[in-house]
Amino acid sequence: MLNIEIDGKQLTVEPGTSIIDAADAAGIYIPRFCYHKKLSVAANCRMCLVQVEKVPKPLPACATLVTDGMKVMTRSEIAIKAQKAVMEFLLINHPLDCPICDQGGECDLQDLAVGYGTGASRYTEEKRVVFNKNIGPLITTDMTRCINCTRCVRFGQEIGGMMEMGQTGRGEHAEITTFVERSINSELSGNIIDLCPVGALTSKPFRYSARAWELTARPSVSPHDGLGANLTVQTRSNQVMRVLPRDNEDINECWLSDKDRFAYEGLNSADRLQHPMIKRDGAWHECSWQEALDFAATQLKRIRDEQGEEQIAALASPHATLEELYLLQKLVRGIGSNNIDHRLRQPDFSADAGLQGAPWLGMSIADLSQLNSVLVVGSTLRADHPLIAMRLRQAAKRGAQLNLINPVDDDLLCPVANKSIVAPDAMVAALDQVRRALAGESADVTAQAIAASLKGGERKAVLLGNLAQHHPRYAELHALAQQIAELAGAQFGFLGEASNSVGAYLAGAVPSDGGMNAAQMLDDPRRAYILLGVEAELDSYNPGKTLAALQAAQLVVSLCAYKGKAPDYAHVLLPVAPFTETSGTFVNTEGRAQSFNAVVKPLGEARPAWKVLRVLGNLMELAGFDYDSSEQVQAEALTGDLSAKLNNRLKASATATAGLSVNGLQRIGEVSAYHADAIVRRAASLQKTAAAAIPGAWMNGETLAKVGATEGMDITVRQGEGHAVLKAMRDDRLPASCVRLAAGHPATTMLGGLMDEIVVERAG
Amino acid sequence: MANEVIFHSIHLPESWKLENYLKVGGYDALKKVLAEKMAPDAIIEQVKASVLRGRGGAGFPTGLKWSFMPKNYSGDKYLVCNSDEGEPGTFKDRDIIRLNPHQLIEGMIIGGYTLGAKAGYNYIHGEIWECYERFEAALDEARAAGLLGKNILGSGWDFDIHAHHGYGAYVCGEETALLESIEGKKGQPRFKPPFPASFGLYGKPTTINNTETLASIPYIVKHGGQKFLELGIPNNGGTKIFSVSGHVNNPGNFEIGMGTPFSELLKMAGGVKNGRKLKAVIPGGSSVPVVPGEIMMDLTMDYDSIAKAGSYLGAGSVIVMDDTVCMVKALERLSYFYFEESCGQCTPCREGTGWLYRVIHRIEHGLGKPEDLDLLESVAGNIMGRTICALGDAAAMPVQGMLKHYRNEFEYHIQHKKCMV
Amino acid sequence: MLSTESLKKIDREIAKYPAGQQQSAVMSALRIAQDEKGWLAPETIEFVAEYLGMAPIAAHEVATFYNMYNLQPVGKYKITVCTNLPCTLMGAESAVEHLKRKLGIGFGETTPDGKFTLKEGECFGSCGDGPVALVNNVRLCAKLTPDEADRILAGLE
Repeated sequence: MLNIEIDGKQLTVEPGTSIIDAADAAGIYIPRFCYHKKLSVAANCRMCLVQVEKVPKPLPACATLVTDGMKVMTRSEIAIKAQKAVMEFLLINHPLDCPICDQGGECDLQDLAVGYGTGASRYTEEKRVVFNKNIGPLITTDMTRCINCTRCVRFGQEIGGMMEMGQTGRGEHAEITTFVERSINSELSGNIIDLCPVGALTSKPFRYSARAWELTARPSVSPHDGLGANLTVQTRSNQVMRVLPRDNEDINECWLSDKDRFAYEGLNSADRLQHPMIKRDGAWHECSWQEALDFAATQLKRIRDEQGEEQIAALASPHATLEELYLLQKLVRGIGSNNIDHRLRQPDFSADAGLQGAPWLGMSIADLSQLNSVLVVGSTLRADHPLIAMRLRQAAKRGAQLNLINPVDDDLLCPVANKSIVAPDAMVAALDQVRRALAGESADVTAQAIAASLKGGERKAVLLGNLAQHHPRYAELHALAQQIAELAGAQFGFLGEASNSVGAYLAGAVPSDGGMNAAQMLDDPRRAYILLGVEAELDSYNPGKTLAALQAAQLVVSLCAYKGKAPDYAHVLLPVAPFTETSGTFVNTEGRAQSFNAVVKPLGEARPAWKVLRVLGNLMELAGFDYDSSEQVQAEALTGDLSAKLNNRLKASATATAGLSVNGLQRIGEVSAYHADAIVRRAASLQKTAAAAIPGAWMNGETLAKVGATEGMDITVRQGEGHAVLKAMRDDRLPASCVRLAAGHPATTMLGGLMDEIVVERAG
Repeated sequence: MANEVIFHSIHLPESWKLENYLKVGGYDALKKVLAEKMAPDAIIEQVKASVLRGRGGAGFPTGLKWSFMPKNYSGDKYLVCNSDEGEPGTFKDRDIIRLNPHQLIEGMIIGGYTLGAKAGYNYIHGEIWECYERFEAALDEARAAGLLGKNILGSGWDFDIHAHHGYGAYVCGEETALLESIEGKKGQPRFKPPFPASFGLYGKPTTINNTETLASIPYIVKHGGQKFLELGIPNNGGTKIFSVSGHVNNPGNFEIGMGTPFSELLKMAGGVKNGRKLKAVIPGGSSVPVVPGEIMMDLTMDYDSIAKAGSYLGAGSVIVMDDTVCMVKALERLSYFYFEESCGQCTPCREGTGWLYRVIHRIEHGLGKPEDLDLLESVAGNIMGRTICALGDAAAMPVQGMLKHYRNEFEYHIQHKKCMV
Repeated sequence: MLSTESLKKIDREIAKYPAGQQQSAVMSALRIAQDEKGWLAPETIEFVAEYLGMAPIAAHEVATFYNMYNLQPVGKYKITVCTNLPCTLMGAESAVEHLKRKLGIGFGETTPDGKFTLKEGECFGSCGDGPVALVNNVRLCAKLTPDEADRILAGLE
């Protein structure tokens, strides 16, 4: 440890610490623009110049490491003079029109200019003008305001993993831009808005809609992927105006994925269901809550009494809160049915018998950064888990080995040590090869390399992604991955698909005692369904089959925030609040329960779903539905040690049964990132990005030729009764006899199972 | 002492050819090093004894710089030659490469041997394309003769040299900008520390020397450091190539002993053009402060003498100005250069060089204001010492030098809206 | 996009650098591409970037940082004249005036017949031969008096 002094304050700091970090830790503020704790040190803005004893020139605090006995003066005459000079230089070409700048009120330059600037400028020459660039639907540029700190450039290179921004030209002509005004495509792009210390890069959806000081900031938790990113939700007049990251080193650090940041636009969608609605004589009518709930309760009772409680089933979204899921299962079980599930995109439940707890990450999110070797099985990682992908990328940069068994070979923006890119159906065999290699049996070269990588690492993990969980032979993948982890001494975990995938298990939103799982409820349709936050045609493994089952039912009660296609199959619509309008809890993929409060009042007549379920329970005359708060529900749902309920291991006695193999072409039905849940589907700006475009049917060249198609040609794809006409696209990295075709998008809702057989024909 | 070390063979026809270099004892030093298996430390001792100081402008002792290179580093190390000569007034490296490329190559090979480098790169100013091609041809000759590449002269030691060209960026003459440029990036200087000796090309230990410095090495190895030192004066060893341009009758390069009186150098360059009066001299390239002619006539050409007069010997690039020169116009031209060549990285240089240029441009065009001169001094002072590399200082020093010695001309310009001369 | 001849030249440049450091060849590669195409269109820069496995914007940074790259089409002969202090002292102004008058264009302009582009240059490191001009980035012309300028123009077909 080194002893230093900053502004007369004695400090003890670790060797290798910069002056600015030492000062920050001691609560001494040194002004800065280019420095950022998560980015490499550029030392270009020069705002953090400080005086160091015995050094004639002021030194940048960001780039100067402390030495023992160093005396630093951040407010001496030399330091202040240097800082003021830099501020003057920064301002000479910067517009001084803060009132019309969207960053006004939350601008580092504006704030520091108050302390370090002068009242009038000595610069009387012409100011520089830099043309703005259109870099896509999410970020607005106002490049004359740019101070060339290069934070955005470094973010792309170092965190985002792709260099999309650069500083072109030199000297006074240097400017920050994308290559010939291309749109930014990084799934983490919005972070450069936060990083930009001035008004050069601002949020396009938020542009000119509010001033920082008009907004009320409230903490919340992201309702999208399994990470549970911490959010600050900013509201005005009972409306969500903007979402920003809330620092949490263990989860999202200071970052947000674009989905977490921009999906809020979907909250105010015109498609929001604002009144209870009831279908009478084939037509929809708005009605009172009383009427809607009475109808639902009466009909549920009727079906229970007339056709048996096992005719009632509930399907819930894994994006629903713990409290909502708990009350839903309590309601269903109170009725006497065990038919409840949240795993709508899972086709294979044969491992259920062996489950001993809620499948989870198997380690902490922060641990991911420390891995030396990891095997990821079945994942469109960057789309499904943008910030987990970022952590693994950072680990890979530090030398960790990333291994893949996957049906797609997307660019992960980091080195991949070994990969086995095979058709979904062949993933089981590929995984078995790795198991064999680890067990000392003969195996193929790639499997041996993966096995060696896993064996070699000190901290290692085997992770199953969404594509594995949506796999028709999921149970086999689960069992094999577990064996591999055991043989390699690795951690074993699941990349949780949704914000509450773990919480749904803990809440009991899974069948028990002979209850039906999501697949069984559709294979053997029920008379009545209760849906919680479910958009059947977009959220399920087999949209066609799901719709058919719902349309044939006598009663579908839908608790939903949006209308969507629910009027096509439901009988009563109960408008419930999305996460910003209710209190609740999500348990993220690492098993961390994060509760949040409503940040705005429910829209229209929407009500928090936990309250709706409470009333429904009471109307059904069920015991134990007298809650005063969601906290009471949470307390009942989460009893005992949470971590003891997390378990990825299948019971030894349980043997995984083989699912069906696919003949012909197999669909690789990933879920498109910006269509994965109800809110993001309605986020207007995200929907304008390239990632949200109408999916194509991607095949490798060989498969394309086999089906007689060429790139760009319109083709017909068929699954079961449904078909769609889409563009044929070519990706030679795909395995043979596969058609990569995203689900969750309206253009593909008429199709069948995500990873089932698919037929391709030339359109026409 | 003229043409003793580097230009000793340039009078020969096709002096750049290997066969002609060999005729004048070329590669003898390398042969000696390899035949005697000279210890690297022994070579460094000779370089230290020679008091060879970096010829690129900073004048840092070469032997000391070489001793900074980590000895027991297990990975790759590099030697880089800086031939990115592009500061107004400089043009010596061009003649070295053009007329005696093999001596530079020999110096680089010995340097590579001494420093334990895996490879050497010579970064050549893009505008002197002829030199780039000639250097590549010389490398091919050396490789074909077994002097370069695998198993040099049967010693079992491998070392290769490659040419890398600039393409129009003065700042790449700054050694860390040059490294960035070799790595295929913009030439933006790096913050130091870490210095190249620990984190250089591709993050590996790297030594960067100027062309003239490396071309002096064979002489030192062949004749011993002491003999080289004696070509100059104490603390200023060897001969030095002075590049004389501007208002002289015979501009060009002159290799003479360190410590030669300026008056003698001026005479060698044919004296002031048209017999006019010497007004001022920029003694070390455009970035150093100007020295009035009468002071200059009393100075000798070495680091210490010029420093005493408040300027720098720099790369020995002497720009001579006669009494017809308007100093406002001269400074306008220089300020434009630094404005144009600023890399854009550090705020004071990116913003300040344009400010300086615009104010001087206004004064030159009759739009000056009395407060402009204080403003210029203040802005120059605010750039000075506040940037990552020395380009900020290089932009500020000419302004400070001109205002120090010729403030009256600037005042006249502002008041009368025209030149004094 | 680029001829096999050019690609061969680029490969030769790549070979100068350690394995995995092919980005080091970007300056040469852009120069070679420019020699073939006359200027660096965005698609040319992108091609070079992809050939070297670097982000297009990174190659674009390089192309815009070094001022000998032509980011716009230029005439058959690009004449860059140094106007820095030593060259100015040695007569650059009259040479420039002469060239401007004779060609009827200013700095940064191209003659209507597409033959000549005139450009202002910074130091070429050849001040002893000042004033100096550079034709097509390659041929250095020394002691550029108006007469010498005429001789050079006459020799350019």
